[in-house]
Amino acid sequence: MNEPLTKLYHRSLRISEPEETAPAPEQTLGILKAEARNLSFCYGDFKALKGIHLPVPQHWVTALIGPSGCGKSTFIRSFNRMHDLYAGSRYEGEIRFYPDDVNLLDKDVDPIQARMRIGMVFQKPNPFPKSVLDNVAYGLRVRGETNRRVLAEKVEQALRSAALWDEVKDRLEDMAFNLSGGQQQRLCIARALVTDPELLLFDEPTSALDPMATANIEELIQQLKKRVTILIVTHNMQQAARISDYSAFMYLGELIEFAGTKAMFTNPSDPRTENYLTGRFG
Amino acid sequence: MSAPDVQKMRELIARRKRWDLIFSLVGLLCMLVGVLTLLVLCADMARDGIGRLNGDFFTSFPSRRASEAGILSAWVGTSLVMLVTAAAAIPLGIMAGIYLEEYAPSNWITQLIEINVTNLAGVPSIIYGLLALGLFVYQLGLGESILTAGLTLALLILPVVIVATREAIRAIPREIREGVYALGATHWQAVKDHILPYSLGGILTGVIIGLARAIGETAPVITIGALTFIAFLPPPPVTSEFPYLSFDWLFSPFTVMPIQMFNWVSRPQAAFLENAGAAGMVLLLMTLAMNALAIWVRYRFRKRIKW
Repeated sequence: MNEPLTKLYHRSLRISEPEETAPAPEQTLGILKAEARNLSFCYGDFKALKGIHLPVPQHWVTALIGPSGCGKSTFIRSFNRMHDLYAGSRYEGEIRFYPDDVNLLDKDVDPIQARMRIGMVFQKPNPFPKSVLDNVAYGLRVRGETNRRVLAEKVEQALRSAALWDEVKDRLEDMAFNLSGGQQQRLCIARALVTDPELLLFDEPTSALDPMATANIEELIQQLKKRVTILIVTHNMQQAARISDYSAFMYLGELIEFAGTKAMFTNPSDPRTENYLTGRFG
Repeated sequence: MSAPDVQKMRELIARRKRWDLIFSLVGLLCMLVGVLTLLVLCADMARDGIGRLNGDFFTSFPSRRASEAGILSAWVGTSLVMLVTAAAAIPLGIMAGIYLEEYAPSNWITQLIEINVTNLAGVPSIIYGLLALGLFVYQLGLGESILTAGLTLALLILPVVIVATREAIRAIPREIREGVYALGATHWQAVKDHILPYSLGGILTGVIIGLARAIGETAPVITIGALTFIAFLPPPPVTSEFPYLSFDWLFSPFTVMPIQMFNWVSRPQAAFLENAGAAGMVLLLMTLAMNALAIWVRYRFRKRIKW
């Protein structure tokens, strides 16, 4: 791509100068929250992830992009051991989780332990068929919290953090299904936030939402990164450009490139990344 | 396209559509054979029995005189047997279903059990009667009692309850399940707080359908030795003396509606046929009421939980 075209392209992606730009990974990543080391994953005979190395810098948003089927969802679902729910899955390698430097994939680590520290928001809003309050409170109830006052307080906090409180404060006893799609997804974010996770995984959180609801979620993610590290899968490059600080490009189960988002979008180092970003495949 | 082509095409369509008409007529005929036969049967039974349906019919014991005979011992027996059946089949069936669907490791033993459970639903009911005669009556010495009958029918409908439970659990979307586990819930927490409540509608529907099947079963109940003529009620469950609760009724001899009906049908006098018709109507209404209840339960739960 020649110079003026690149500029136009980036303007179309709406990459603006953020007030704080993530330092380029070559310089420093700061503190890491987690790190995949030579992570491979197999479903039966199919090798879905091939030796992935990826750092997840603390308090930044890291986006995983790549064409469908490249293994990005499989990758983030390894962090909270979702694959353990299904037979025939096998991990190799490590996911180090900091500050205590524990390998999340270790045989001694109960998947529940990983899930108690790492929250997840799914592709389709998946509220439970319960009230708004019961949905958000569930993570606390699982951990044995029964005090109604504490529950109500923490639920309110979580709903405020998810920018949903004003919309639902008068209908906490309503069924969650009665909320709109965007509200349901923010409810799911509140549900994940209520237990103060250290890392929040987003698996294409806006793919089932309209543009307005998508904008709300993206803004929310920006606010949340102050208190929680975020790892997000998106098939929408513009979204990655808008909300992430670091980006990783995956292709056919491999990690092709990891860089500061701005650097990757302006100057991809691998031709496959460039081809994908310029829309030649994917 | 030119005009003659259109004409041709219309003819072709008309010719092909003739088969639609033919099939719909044949289909209608087949359906009417089934429905009309059933309606005629019901109407015939109602015509015979309607004259006998009055308060006394429900509050009288069977009698040698047809006009004085009633179904008191039969409906009380049926109700109590159903109570035992439900008390045994519901917890056993639901827990077995949850285990198979949620906890059982997927290996060949589980698969063998799965195939067997499905096939058990097709075993002729008299076989269950024979099994119960050997096991409950002779081996365990429970006697020819309400308890034996209830447990026998519970065995009979257990596969229905298990299959209904598993299907209801399987209907819960994967995303909901993953949402629960992603919050750090244990397996038991997921079952107790989500899987069981969300599948309860389907499970209850299955239970009621199973009970509606059990209520009309005659063969296994005769096999274990239910009486055909009984002129007393089981001892009441509540007594005036300490400890106020009595389970003697469980071991009481009994009869049930279909057996009472069978007894009357086999009498030569026409008057007893009227009684049989009336008892048949009551039995049919009981079954229909249970099915209606099942539909209502399903509707209630569907309204609350939509995936």
